[in-house]
Amino acid sequence: MTEQMTGAQSLIRSLEHVGVDTVFGIPGGSILPAYDPLYDSATVRHILMRHEQGAGHAAEGYAYATGRPGVCMATSGPGATNLVTPLADAHMDSVPMVAITGQVAAPKIGTDAFQEADICGITMPITKHNFLVKDVREIPRTIAEAFHIASSGRPGPVLVDISKDALQNSTDFVWPERLELPGYRPVTKPHGKQVREAARMIAEAKRPVLYVGGGVLRARASAELRVLAEITGVPVVTTLMARGVFPDSHPQFVGMPGMHGDVSAVGALQRADLIVALGARFDDRVTGRLDSFARDAKIVHADIDPAEISKNRHADVPIVGDCREVLADLVVAVRADQEKGRQGDYEAWWDRLNRLRTTYPKGYDVPDDGTLSPQGVIRRLGEIVGPEATYVAGVGQHQMWAAQFIDYERPGSFVNSGGLGTMGFSVPAALGAKVGDPDRVVWSVDGDGCFQMTNQELATCAVEGIPIKVAVVNNGNLGMVRQWQTLYYEGRYSNTDLQTAPLDERIRIPDFVRLAEAYGCVGLRCERPEDIDATIEKAMSINDVPVVVDFSVNHDAMVWPMVGPGVSNDNIQYARDMAPDWEHQD
Amino acid sequence: MSSHTLSVLVEDTPGILARASALFSRRGFNIDSLSVSSTEYTGLSRMTIVVNCDLHPLEQVTKQLNKLVNVVKIVEMDTTASVQRELLLIKVKADASSRTHVLQTAELFRAHVVDVSPDVVVIEATGDPEKLDALVKNLEPFGIRELVKSGLVALGRGPRSITDRSLRSVERSA
Repeated sequence: MTEQMTGAQSLIRSLEHVGVDTVFGIPGGSILPAYDPLYDSATVRHILMRHEQGAGHAAEGYAYATGRPGVCMATSGPGATNLVTPLADAHMDSVPMVAITGQVAAPKIGTDAFQEADICGITMPITKHNFLVKDVREIPRTIAEAFHIASSGRPGPVLVDISKDALQNSTDFVWPERLELPGYRPVTKPHGKQVREAARMIAEAKRPVLYVGGGVLRARASAELRVLAEITGVPVVTTLMARGVFPDSHPQFVGMPGMHGDVSAVGALQRADLIVALGARFDDRVTGRLDSFARDAKIVHADIDPAEISKNRHADVPIVGDCREVLADLVVAVRADQEKGRQGDYEAWWDRLNRLRTTYPKGYDVPDDGTLSPQGVIRRLGEIVGPEATYVAGVGQHQMWAAQFIDYERPGSFVNSGGLGTMGFSVPAALGAKVGDPDRVVWSVDGDGCFQMTNQELATCAVEGIPIKVAVVNNGNLGMVRQWQTLYYEGRYSNTDLQTAPLDERIRIPDFVRLAEAYGCVGLRCERPEDIDATIEKAMSINDVPVVVDFSVNHDAMVWPMVGPGVSNDNIQYARDMAPDWEHQD
Repeated sequence: MSSHTLSVLVEDTPGILARASALFSRRGFNIDSLSVSSTEYTGLSRMTIVVNCDLHPLEQVTKQLNKLVNVVKIVEMDTTASVQRELLLIKVKADASSRTHVLQTAELFRAHVVDVSPDVVVIEATGDPEKLDALVKNLEPFGIRELVKSGLVALGRGPRSITDRSLRSVERSA
């Protein structure tokens, strides 16, 4: 059955068809036709953002919270180009997302028309796929394909650019019966022989590690992971993108690897004789200097994206497949081995790792001048708020501390920008996560630098009734950059002082408490260690409006441990000028 | 480094040439030659891409190329298991004194004269790149006015077709 309607109506009808309930966006000239039927939609809620970048990150946050593609909408030209950063972010972190942009009318394409930008050309390298639609009849099929591509295989962002005349012309609405994507057939079922080989290697290894990445979160395979870990007894490390996929409280959890990872996790990978990488991509932030990474380890690499396998590190056993199926099959294969009496013995390995864990626990120096330690603030936040909340970090020192000092027990409880490292991610992504899962407490853990990049979305939160909570870890500086200046540029603090928390009596620019109030939020400030708990509890008691807490913290705190840039993981510093004593361990 | 010939079956959609070629440059590869044409299926084009690189990076770029939604299939064309040809058009000086020699040279390479003017001829030749290089080298002494080559095209030897098993949903037209 067909029905006559405009392209704009067919777009909204198509969004309803694929189950979209929320669109984050900003209208403008070319996309305007779509906003008219959107106004009438009973099922699609449009949230008016204050900047298209915010719309994109909100869509990402929504995708994290729901597992479904987040949707953002913008007009042509500058509206579309403002989506470039979130699209690149979603591409790097494999976040399912569909961006819909208006384009100038088809006859004007290529004429440098007002607000024309070749957004398909611009976003080609930073989207999983993109479409330019100039024919009104193609709208339903394109939307169906876009959502399929965004959410299947290795998820990612898909952009659909629709010319204004296609939105205005009329058409018979026809929903496609089946998709025709002959070049798109993601492999999800792993190869049985490879899986059995992996199981055999796990049983034979002396020092195995499960290196768990964001792919396990995307595949919703936490339960399967836990079974595999428990039947094998293999230690587990979770990357920045996988925090919470395996509970921090689990006895087999040995930490987060990477540049600011735990000594135990970094050491586990470095000293392993078998690394089973699950939905992880051997990112440079994890491997450190690649040629010295885990020299003695054989690699089993399972990923849904064949291009990730052997990209950075050669895989001895490549497994292409969805992590959930890989893990499920691995469990079967391991059990079959165990029934035949083949079981790994890792007791000596656990002794070594346990020594690392107890010798080099997470820690930080408490400032002796009575100022707040940022790590302490974040640790208390996690303790008071608890594991059921969602924590959304920006990028920088506060992000690393949030990854280190909050205990994550639940998949998806930590959301951040890992691959692209997008400052300004937190507030809009927290907004999106709250919309996607309104009953959950959502804390944005942000830095003063990041916060100033996207805090206008507090207006969206206040107006649309999205009561997120923001902890601004305010050290008055671009803290991570400043840390590198301390370590690598002789303390020459070129352009890192933001004046948001001056040490002397100068005014704060801006004053985050007054800024919050100006945006219709509650603004709180905490400057003394003894006020931390009460401030967090106050923020937790306010649930009708957004809350912003300015935690004015010590300026000099640094993120430790640290593997310096371009340095081998063997040379991780537990604290400044303090390397772990590996030899003693061996 | 060695030369590799990739046959890439793609959906004939706008922008596919840009997608494929941009991917090579983005990942740090230089394309030596590239040709695109229609195939025995409507809606499908076949690209023949020649790149000079080591085996590991080639595998990586092939995997990345395979991820493009409009790329249906990629096959590396081994030189011994495929026929590889280029087309050359070359404009050579050929006045009364040299014309006979030019024509003889062309004949040796089974090339044809496709245009004649008083002092120049245009010669058309097909062959593998080595043969065409040799022809050009032999014509050089007479004076080359200009030349152009198509990209390399390649087809596997034997009865099999790369389109055989990859096209469940594409209509056969030929």
